[in-house]
Amino acid sequence: MTEVVTAIPQAKTWTLNRRSRERIISFLSPVALLLLWEVLARVGILDTRFFPAPSQILSTLLTMMKSGELQDDTLISMTRLAVGFLVGGIPALIIGVVMGLNSTLRAMIDPLIAATYPIPKSSILPLALLVLGLGEASKIFMVAIGVFYPIAMNAMAGVREINKVYLDVGHNFKASRWDVFRTIALPGAMPMIMTGVKLGIGMGLVLIAIAEMVGAKSGLGYPLAPRNADAYAREVNNTTRIRQWDCV
Amino acid sequence: MVTGAVTPAIRITNISKFFGQLIAIDDVTIDIAAGEFLVIVGPSGCGKTTLLRILAGLEQPSVGAFKVTTPKGLGRPENAMVFQGDSLFPWMTVWDNTAYGLRMRRAPAAQIKEVVGHYLDRIGLTRFAKSYPHELSGGMRQRVSIARAFANDPEILLMDEPFSALDAQNKLLLQEELLHIWEEHKKTVVFITHSVDEAVILGDRIMIMTAQPGRVKMLLDVPFGRPRNVMELQREAKFGNLVHDIWMQLREEVDRARSQNEMNG
Repeated sequence: MTEVVTAIPQAKTWTLNRRSRERIISFLSPVALLLLWEVLARVGILDTRFFPAPSQILSTLLTMMKSGELQDDTLISMTRLAVGFLVGGIPALIIGVVMGLNSTLRAMIDPLIAATYPIPKSSILPLALLVLGLGEASKIFMVAIGVFYPIAMNAMAGVREINKVYLDVGHNFKASRWDVFRTIALPGAMPMIMTGVKLGIGMGLVLIAIAEMVGAKSGLGYPLAPRNADAYAREVNNTTRIRQWDCV
Repeated sequence: MVTGAVTPAIRITNISKFFGQLIAIDDVTIDIAAGEFLVIVGPSGCGKTTLLRILAGLEQPSVGAFKVTTPKGLGRPENAMVFQGDSLFPWMTVWDNTAYGLRMRRAPAAQIKEVVGHYLDRIGLTRFAKSYPHELSGGMRQRVSIARAFANDPEILLMDEPFSALDAQNKLLLQEELLHIWEEHKKTVVFITHSVDEAVILGDRIMIMTAQPGRVKMLLDVPFGRPRNVMELQREAKFGNLVHDIWMQLREEVDRARSQNEMNG
């Protein structure tokens, strides 16, 4: 009896220990890396022109936040991301689901998607800037195009993987096309669509950063890019920023 | 059960169905009376599911036609099907699944509430109205499928081996429940099964189909009255004899289907 009683709490404390130990490790490993970085930067092993110490980055971050610049840029980038997500995501969802439901439309649209999908999206940026200009439209377009493919392709695959019996049920109960879309295809494909949304947001973030580095005067990506000499000269006088490394 | 002068609920005339070279159904003709519970038995692959899918409008016959007599102007659907295995939408609650047919034909909200409530009550799942299918047992899910078909109030009910995935005890309970719900309105039913016991327990008339190509091998009346007590019925000598007779007929076909498979394989 006593053996059993003692065995159980032992097992419990062991799992608790392991769990909290893992949590501590997960917390400590990045802290350790930052510390190492800080030390290496201060000692001079790391070139601080390229890799400023974490403490310096933090102070620059605080300065940028005090001036409101960081918040403004974040808001601008997020707005572009959100608008681009809707502009690209909603048609992607509709086209993807319809392609999943209708084999004729699939035969028609699938080759277009397959042919344009492998084009590196960033390579379209110069064209987007030329056609849509330096304003918001080109940024939104870039996000939209990045979001479009993963959502459309996942929505199509998601609908095609829906068990056929659900479509039979819809047919048998005389569901209209719109009802099939709304009550069967969309909810049935939702898990795959959500995967597409996640991938699309990731792609959108990459593209908005690139678009802002190259062709914008605002947004989170803008301050990251090396400027031309004039602009650089103006900014160097302004303040110490992450951008310091531009001068090399 | 006796057709004759009365217009049949379903008249199937010379229906055949080909899939390429394969003849799935070969010239099936039968009249099914209004309120009749017809059970179709046959070996696997004899085209019985295809026949049902044709009646459900999910497939077109290659040859022949069928006609369902519907009273004019009531706006009721011609048929509703209970599918084999799980066919409830996993993303809808029990209530929404049961209401599906009524919603698709834009029935008034009050009617939906009344009818769905009634059938959930009949199958004893009122408590589970807000549950999702994955939270229910296989037997409960199949009851909801049946409620979904009944709630749509169709002229004819089509059932494709609705209990085949259930264990023996659940099967017996659901057969009894199905008979109870059916007694309420006595709709015309076409029920497919490969279980001879089930055919005799449920049916007014049994249609035995041949192995591929599926033809009508034999039609026989089930001489038991209604309402039936499933447990009592199974103890009767007449029940055992009838099951035996049907099984002897069916056995030839099952053997034939098997030798066909061996030849093809």
